[in-house]
Amino acid sequence: MSSSRKVTVIVSLLLVASVAASVLSLRQIDQVRSTATLEEVLFVSSPKMLKRMSLGYDGLLADIYWTRAVQYFGGHHAARARHFDLLAPLLEITTTLDPHLVVAYQFGANFLAPKPPNGAGMPHAAEQLIQYGIRNNPDDWKLYYELGFVYYMDMKDYSRAADAFLRGSQVPNAHPFMKVIAAQMAQHAGDTEMARALWMTTYQTTQDKQIRGNAIAHLRALQVTEEVDALQEVVAQYGRRTGVLPRSMHDLVTAGLLRAIPSDPTGRPYILGRDGRVLVQVPDDIPFLEKGVPPGYQPPQPKNLEKLGN
Amino acid sequence: MNSRIACIASNTFREAVRDRVLYNLIAFALLLSGAAILVGQISIDIEKLVVINLGLTAVSLFGVVIAIFIGIGLVSKEIEKRTLYTVLSRPVRRWEFIVGKFFGLAGTLVVNAFFMAIGVFAALLYVAHRFSKPDAWVLVALYFIILQFLMICSLALLFSSFSSPLLSAVFAFSLFVIGTFSEDLRNFAAMATGFTRWLSTAAAYVVPNFSALNVISSVAHGQPVSASLIFYNTIYALLYSTMALCGGILIFQRRNLK
Repeated sequence: MSSSRKVTVIVSLLLVASVAASVLSLRQIDQVRSTATLEEVLFVSSPKMLKRMSLGYDGLLADIYWTRAVQYFGGHHAARARHFDLLAPLLEITTTLDPHLVVAYQFGANFLAPKPPNGAGMPHAAEQLIQYGIRNNPDDWKLYYELGFVYYMDMKDYSRAADAFLRGSQVPNAHPFMKVIAAQMAQHAGDTEMARALWMTTYQTTQDKQIRGNAIAHLRALQVTEEVDALQEVVAQYGRRTGVLPRSMHDLVTAGLLRAIPSDPTGRPYILGRDGRVLVQVPDDIPFLEKGVPPGYQPPQPKNLEKLGN
Repeated sequence: MNSRIACIASNTFREAVRDRVLYNLIAFALLLSGAAILVGQISIDIEKLVVINLGLTAVSLFGVVIAIFIGIGLVSKEIEKRTLYTVLSRPVRRWEFIVGKFFGLAGTLVVNAFFMAIGVFAALLYVAHRFSKPDAWVLVALYFIILQFLMICSLALLFSSFSSPLLSAVFAFSLFVIGTFSEDLRNFAAMATGFTRWLSTAAAYVVPNFSALNVISSVAHGQPVSASLIFYNTIYALLYSTMALCGGILIFQRRNLK
């Protein structure tokens, strides 16, 4: 082997070895360093300053900050965090850099408004974000819908929700359902029926699989709520008639109060707890349940929402 | 175009290609294809926006860097290598040399931007699966970026005609940054009074206005660009480039090359 060839072989081997060693050492560093110190920092917190520093390339910077907000929320959400301190500032920076990035208002409000662990539990920040979005995009009916949604679901402020839906229904090219929601709001505020209509509209007006899956999961949870309420009434009826609680769902069928044992949205029959409480068999498979779960039940992180949205 | 100018322009273009300037296209292709695939996985609903924003920003920034770093050496390198004396000993006038260099560099940047534009539209097709009508505004943004290149080329040549490459780079880059803030400068001028107002207004009109040429963010949202803006930006960029080029020629004409 000539000397130059020898050098080439040795240096190539050294290169491969040093690359492998540097990867291994970096993995060690990642384990030693706390991830919190890397994440919980906004080096430049002023949106206006960042806009200046972008030298006019603010659209790209807004995309980067939006991706950072998504990653921040996703990471904290997966870790079941109770605090999302940087979420609102990240969204403010994103929308200041690009006030027409409608997706940041829509999804950002969905990240901010719901209570932890499903969201940051900051409905007022969500409201401010969408109001800013409406000021910059007054002709986008989806933003009025999001505003009404936050007022209705997270702030339980039905009159302001009705007003937001009404304003949205007057925007050119608004989804026809906006008018229906605005009209029904006065009569059915607070009803499960109204919540169902809102989630249905969310499902119908998005192409994003994650959001569609989230809407389906909420619709299924609402279905369980309605069915459990109805079955609980049947159980009470049985109790009034016989003086004792039924031991199983079969008792209700035998007593002629039910034709058959009804099933939850996963196809599993409902069951009865010892205290006469109507329960779903595997609550972990139905996210966002408010009823049909044993006392003290801690729901796991919702999984496979994207699969539901397909 | 005068044949001597065309000859110098084609040589400048060939020299840039020989200097492997077009290698930046590989970096650009990797950047764009990587972003197109990755963003869909780590973000929500902004794949198309990112391709347009990132693509046009990269076209602009790569071009600005090429314009500055090649433009600043166009005259000084010729003096350093003493090739300028060979050129000027032939029937070539000094102004023809500067104008030829300008067209050569501008041509390099236009060719570079053309290939990058193909990359942007290919990535756009990949993420959106089809083109829509508002995507045509991306062409207008690309046109404005080329106008920006013309202005920067002329400025780099202006500085190159009297200064060292390092200082020329500093001047050209500083003017690029100041140019992105030119609207702020005009607002400051409007708030000032007396002599300061006069001075700041003059400064605001002397520095290039790059902010009007940046429509990347709005075309990414499919917003149209008015015909009057296209017209006035074209006029402005051509006039400003002519102005800087004339300054460069005047300085180079009087420069003692002995």
